[in-house]
Amino acid sequence: MRADFPILGRELEGGRLVYLDSSSTSQKPAAVLEAMDDYYRNHNANIHRGVYKLAQEADALFEGARERIAAFLRWPVASTIFTANVTAAINLVAYAWARTNLRPGDAVLISEMEHHSNIVPWQLATAATGAQLRYLEVSPDGTLSLEQLDAELARGDVALVALTHVSNVLGTINPVAEIVRRAHEAGALALIDGAQAVPQLEVDLAAIDADFYAWTGHKALGPTGVGVLHARAQLLEQMPPFLSGGDMIATVEAQRSTWNELPWKFEAGTSMIAEAVGLGAAIDYLDALGMANVRAHEHALTAYALARLQATDGVSLFGPPSADQRGGVVSFALAGIHPHDVAELLSRSNVCIRASHHCAQPLMRRLGVVATARASFGPYNVAADVDALIEAIERAQEVFEG
Amino acid sequence: MDDLYRDFILEHYKRPRNFGELPAHDHDAHEVNPLCGDELGVQIVVADGRIADLRFQGHGCAISQAAASMASEELIGMQLDEAATLDAGWMLDLLGIPISATRRKCALLSLKVVRHALTGDGSWPGEPDS
Repeated sequence: MRADFPILGRELEGGRLVYLDSSSTSQKPAAVLEAMDDYYRNHNANIHRGVYKLAQEADALFEGARERIAAFLRWPVASTIFTANVTAAINLVAYAWARTNLRPGDAVLISEMEHHSNIVPWQLATAATGAQLRYLEVSPDGTLSLEQLDAELARGDVALVALTHVSNVLGTINPVAEIVRRAHEAGALALIDGAQAVPQLEVDLAAIDADFYAWTGHKALGPTGVGVLHARAQLLEQMPPFLSGGDMIATVEAQRSTWNELPWKFEAGTSMIAEAVGLGAAIDYLDALGMANVRAHEHALTAYALARLQATDGVSLFGPPSADQRGGVVSFALAGIHPHDVAELLSRSNVCIRASHHCAQPLMRRLGVVATARASFGPYNVAADVDALIEAIERAQEVFEG
Repeated sequence: MDDLYRDFILEHYKRPRNFGELPAHDHDAHEVNPLCGDELGVQIVVADGRIADLRFQGHGCAISQAAASMASEELIGMQLDEAATLDAGWMLDLLGIPISATRRKCALLSLKVVRHALTGDGSWPGEPDS
């Protein structure tokens, strides 16, 4: 299976590439590269208004990708919108829904474990509407409290609950179906950031029933430049457009326009056609692997990594203690060595990890650190990658002790 | 021997010189490295046109901490007009280790905060004549 990912065969200064940064971006199987290459070599044309055969092929490839993606996650195709990435998807909601629906006295409820992409749009949207932005706390074990959720909802002012499905730092898998159910009972809408979830969990959007669910292609074995927003069609019908211009219109008169039907009302300008085709191929690849198998594989790797890191002197771990509660990501600290230096020294052994605030500065403050070192897994990682991580950590400790 | 994490770098990192507080000071500034969120502040006491005393506060990686520590030893006693014109080359020469593009801001954070304190210019130190 590793052979399906050309980059994993690359040698760096004579050594094997140990890629442990899939939470930042995944590597891509050859099937994705070939689908995009084939699109440009054999089918490239603009979509939606071409009557010639090439344009029909491009249309079929683009809309076919949308249909397979919607089916894969069990959501209606007409309310499955292509966006540039998760940030663009959440901003679509923050502009087209929040700015026309939030009122002074309303609250948006997020959490301390959100990525900046699910914080900053709500800071701006609440500031623009006079609504309030409130946070669920992250408990010492790296989870959210449903009791605190209930207490916040009981205040009666929460218009939107916007939470991540899986934390990109702690790995915490939040019980999003239950959170959405409680939000709806309290009369609030729910947005879920699925950036880390779609690549590694069996995600059933019909069961989760969120009003908005956003994710991105490049973390899910697909290319950069394409993300997806799944939303409730009734809301999308009521919302004004976000970006406006070509493709999203039905008719344009001198002073006013009418909007295209869903999903194209929210896809202004020429879409990321090759990227959507590539993402369709990525989803086909994940579907063939089987998401239950992907989850089982990453669960086992995460459990192995947690055990080996716990057994290594000087290592402290962040997030839930059990792999059952977390996705394939492990944040850690090495005593006396700054995360930046950890990442630099691991890179000497071709071990690629991330050391940063992971675009989650409120969470860093809750953890009492400015940054963590983070190893994260994709379906192509193997136990030998974890072993290489541990060996590289021990070598880094030797440099600092020397 | 690691090219970057040389003995003297680690020695300055583990025992940084001139870290602490100068409650009575003439200049101060505080900076954040946007790459990693590391923070560094400086307080400077001036006498007779020179930096009479200087302390850094903050935390960061080995490169940024060692750079601050090594710079502090050069800066104390330096003429203010000379300190105000120090550029990136001065700091990188002082460190004497190969600094990659991704670690450049780690190496330059302490000089940035000192320049900010002395001149009000909070921009990143440039190359000579840049």
